[in-house]
Amino acid sequence: RKLFFSSLLRIGSFISFFWSFVLRCAPSLNYEIMIHFVLLVSRQGKVRLTKWYSPYTQKERSKVIRELSGVILNRGPKLCNFVEWRGYKVVYKRYASLYFCMCIDQEDNELEVLEIIHHYVEILDRYFGSVCELDLIFNFHKAYYILDELLIAGELQESSKKTVARIISAQDQMVEAAKEEAGSISNIIAQATK
Amino acid sequence: MNSIFSGTRLRDMIRSIRACKTAAEERGVVRKECADIRASINENDPHDRHRNLAKLMFIHMLGYPTHFGQMECLKLIASPGFPEKRIGYLGLMLLLDERQEVLMLVTNSLKQDLNHTNQYVVGLALCALGNICSAEMARDLAPEVERLIQFRDPNIRKKAALCSTRIVRKVPDLAENFVNAASSLLKEKHHGVLITGVQLCYELCTISEEALEYFRKKCTEGLIKTLRDITNSAYQPEYDVAGITDPFLHIRLLKLLRVLGHGDADASDLMTDILAQVATKTESNKNAGNAVLYECVETIMAIEDTSSLRVLAINILGRFLSNRDNNIRYVALNMLMKAIAFDDQAVQRHRVTILECVKDPDASIRKRALELVSLLVNENNVKQLTKELIDYLEISDEDFKEDLSAKICSIVEKFSPEKIWYIDQMLKVLSEAGKFVKDDVWHALIVVISNASELHGYTVRALYKAVLTYSEQETLVRVAIWCIGEYGDLLVNNVGMLGIEDPITVTESDAVDVVEDAITRHNSDMTTKAMALVALLKLSSRFPSISERIKDIIVKQKGSLLLEMQQRAIEFNSIVDRHKNIRSSLVERMPVLDEATFNVRRAGSLPASVSTMAKPSVSIPNGVAAAPLVDLLDLGSDDILAAPSSSGADFLQDLLGVDLGSSEVQSGATPGPKAGADLLMDILSIGTPSPSPAQNNTSSVDLLSTAGINNNPSTALDTLSSPAPPHIATTASAGGMFDLLDGLSPSPSKEATNGPAYPPIVAYESSTLKIEFTFSKPSGNLQETNVQATFINLSPNTFTDFIFQAAVPKFLQLHLDPASSNTLPASGNITQNLKVTNSQHGKKSLVMRMRIGYKVNGKDVLEEGQINNFPRGL
Repeated sequence: RKLFFSSLLRIGSFISFFWSFVLRCAPSLNYEIMIHFVLLVSRQGKVRLTKWYSPYTQKERSKVIRELSGVILNRGPKLCNFVEWRGYKVVYKRYASLYFCMCIDQEDNELEVLEIIHHYVEILDRYFGSVCELDLIFNFHKAYYILDELLIAGELQESSKKTVARIISAQDQMVEAAKEEAGSISNIIAQATK
Repeated sequence: MNSIFSGTRLRDMIRSIRACKTAAEERGVVRKECADIRASINENDPHDRHRNLAKLMFIHMLGYPTHFGQMECLKLIASPGFPEKRIGYLGLMLLLDERQEVLMLVTNSLKQDLNHTNQYVVGLALCALGNICSAEMARDLAPEVERLIQFRDPNIRKKAALCSTRIVRKVPDLAENFVNAASSLLKEKHHGVLITGVQLCYELCTISEEALEYFRKKCTEGLIKTLRDITNSAYQPEYDVAGITDPFLHIRLLKLLRVLGHGDADASDLMTDILAQVATKTESNKNAGNAVLYECVETIMAIEDTSSLRVLAINILGRFLSNRDNNIRYVALNMLMKAIAFDDQAVQRHRVTILECVKDPDASIRKRALELVSLLVNENNVKQLTKELIDYLEISDEDFKEDLSAKICSIVEKFSPEKIWYIDQMLKVLSEAGKFVKDDVWHALIVVISNASELHGYTVRALYKAVLTYSEQETLVRVAIWCIGEYGDLLVNNVGMLGIEDPITVTESDAVDVVEDAITRHNSDMTTKAMALVALLKLSSRFPSISERIKDIIVKQKGSLLLEMQQRAIEFNSIVDRHKNIRSSLVERMPVLDEATFNVRRAGSLPASVSTMAKPSVSIPNGVAAAPLVDLLDLGSDDILAAPSSSGADFLQDLLGVDLGSSEVQSGATPGPKAGADLLMDILSIGTPSPSPAQNNTSSVDLLSTAGINNNPSTALDTLSSPAPPHIATTASAGGMFDLLDGLSPSPSKEATNGPAYPPIVAYESSTLKIEFTFSKPSGNLQETNVQATFINLSPNTFTDFIFQAAVPKFLQLHLDPASSNTLPASGNITQNLKVTNSQHGKKSLVMRMRIGYKVNGKDVLEEGQINNFPRGL
């Protein structure tokens, strides 16, 4: 774009649209959001978790997943953890058979996002007790609950692993209590709909 | 462990999906499950609701449609129990997004849950709201969220803070409501609340200028203290990451300080010490420490000038750049791009390292490094850097060549010190990566070649040599063919040898070989073949001794499967055969292409159309444009009386279709006859003056008599010059025709179209600057106005980097020539020519907006204005 400008400035311009100046650098209205989405894919390209903080339609989501897993899974092992993609950056890190990816803006701190990914993995690890891919497949909802205690609106919510673990276990206990109280799931619902 | 899903069926479903061996099998299982879920939804049994939703979420993750489950989420959210709400909100966030209407239905439940007595229910609602709320919901629920920022439990406070960031992003007018609450969060001790509070403040600062001022005044010192405290704090296991206490909080504080310090020297001053401390004391052997340093460098570069800090920052980047970790090198390259803005020299010192990064095996690093290198280029180092890059182009990966060659081309174009160097470098790029080069790049090369008359011989010989070696590079072949066609005689006669050249012996048939090779290669595309055909036509006149052979090659193309080629081959053949007398003037060299016009066109502000003078477009038009000429001549000599007017219209369309876009036709609505002739001359690429007037006269007499006897050709000319009803007198267009073929004799109608003189105007006047416009009309074209703008500096200061920009409404077209200078001395003046084409001439008068930018004592000044006082009738 720089080149485009300089040539315009030197030579002047043809302008074909009504009243609009060539220099239109008005900041885009698209608000700044740190993490646009979180994506967990396995080495085989299976999606294990997706969380979207920017609006994407279902169609766009599948496209994004397809494109990105293609790019990321094909990258060599010693390369850097950042991929530039459609004007965004995707920070990814591989843990065992799983790739954790987060999509951020060009301006954001990639190194910090790597730390956030690691932070999330450590919390998962603590929660499941050395987490593996199978834990995340069969308890995918738990992985989501934990992520929701970590990020809201694409921003980091909590930097203490202990606090996250405490809040999650408090909520798990509430679920357990509700279950015990009712004796069975059917009773909870039956009570609820009385 | 698994509470409400312990019913085996979710697990069973996951197992059976995992057991599928093929995609088709998986689809089958999912289809069956979906059918079951739909049935269960229809029964409306609350028992299965949670389980259905859990299954649907899994199915959704696999990429199958699950919209039918959306209402189930709402029902679960509306139920009173925590487990149902928990899964319901999760489903809501997963299956819906802010653009779905269904989402509005949940507003009420959200409102109730935000006021729930159980804090975890409130937490769920806040989380959902923060992740997917739409603008309407944000407006409706903002008061609740604002209240929750003061909630007693920190868990809710931090969630409410982040939820607020989403709300103010969606509805920026609400920002002021949150300013007080946000500033109260900055005093918190709880890290989670502090992090989210700082984030909310950052968000408010970017949205609202008042909020920024408020935080700058009230909170800067407090934030600095907080940052100092956590930087100096003792080991805290809960927040420690690789020896740094809460790097996340560090980073957010630095980020907020960045917006507070930016543009405010006092605030920047306050934070100098702590930034220096963070920059020097932070451990840089782990990623967490580097993340903090990286953020710190960014803040140092954004705040107001503190040169000692900047040295520190540049040093950190230098360290990053030499780090072995690819991630660190990547961010260093990224950051150095910003550092160039204030310390070019410091970044230039790392040039060698950066060049090494261009050759890195990692595509991400290569791309960053290439961007950075292109910013590092200046007049002094362009030769050296280009050489390095071109050397690397030879060995780089195929998929990187496109980016790399594009960058090299743009560097070479921008900084080339002389034409010969430019041509040399472009030839190297075309030879190495010709198939990746975009059209506009080789078009530009041809324009430059055409303008460098003293280098024609050198260029055509260099191209000839290159094309023998790299005949698979399509764009190289095109440029070579074009040059051989134009300057073939210079190739065989070694005309204009430069001292640096080795003489080569090329026979005429060698040159034709190259062109023949291109036209017969099966993988040459249509454009290349068309260009080759035109080159052959040109060579047939340049090399009369082997014109029989050339004719044979042309004749062969009569059998081409491409209609265009077939037709041109027939036409060219008839030129070679039957019109020897005018051939040499038909296939003269192209007039020198207008560089300025081409560059403007290329900049893309005017799609596909050009003003009349911009005609010499590159290569193809020339080639193909020669063809309609044959029609024209055939019509003149053979079918004088038989030519029906419809066929005349046809060939005109042909003519117009070649390189005049339809918009061109409109804009050139009523040019006078002289302009029409100019137009034709341009299209036919007959240079003035014509070299063989005697021969030409005969045919022009032919045509003139045609015009006298039969009106067809003149009607044709009318149609050519305007889609409007013909209103040019027959005699006038006959004059035009005469012009067309003679090219020299003055047209009698020329004077008649000279417009009246227009008084000069003062277009703009401020205390420092005055702009005067003087007008003139080019003879023959009422639509066009030449404006000479004179900028007069009324102030005692010198203006540098003076730029005049103008904008016009759609019915006008504007072309600005370069100004006579970009420096305007005190009480001096500079001039700039503008050309305005008014497509609504006679109906609307000229109007223009302008913007003038310049620097006085290093400060940017911008002036704007609208010019309405143009004389009428322009």
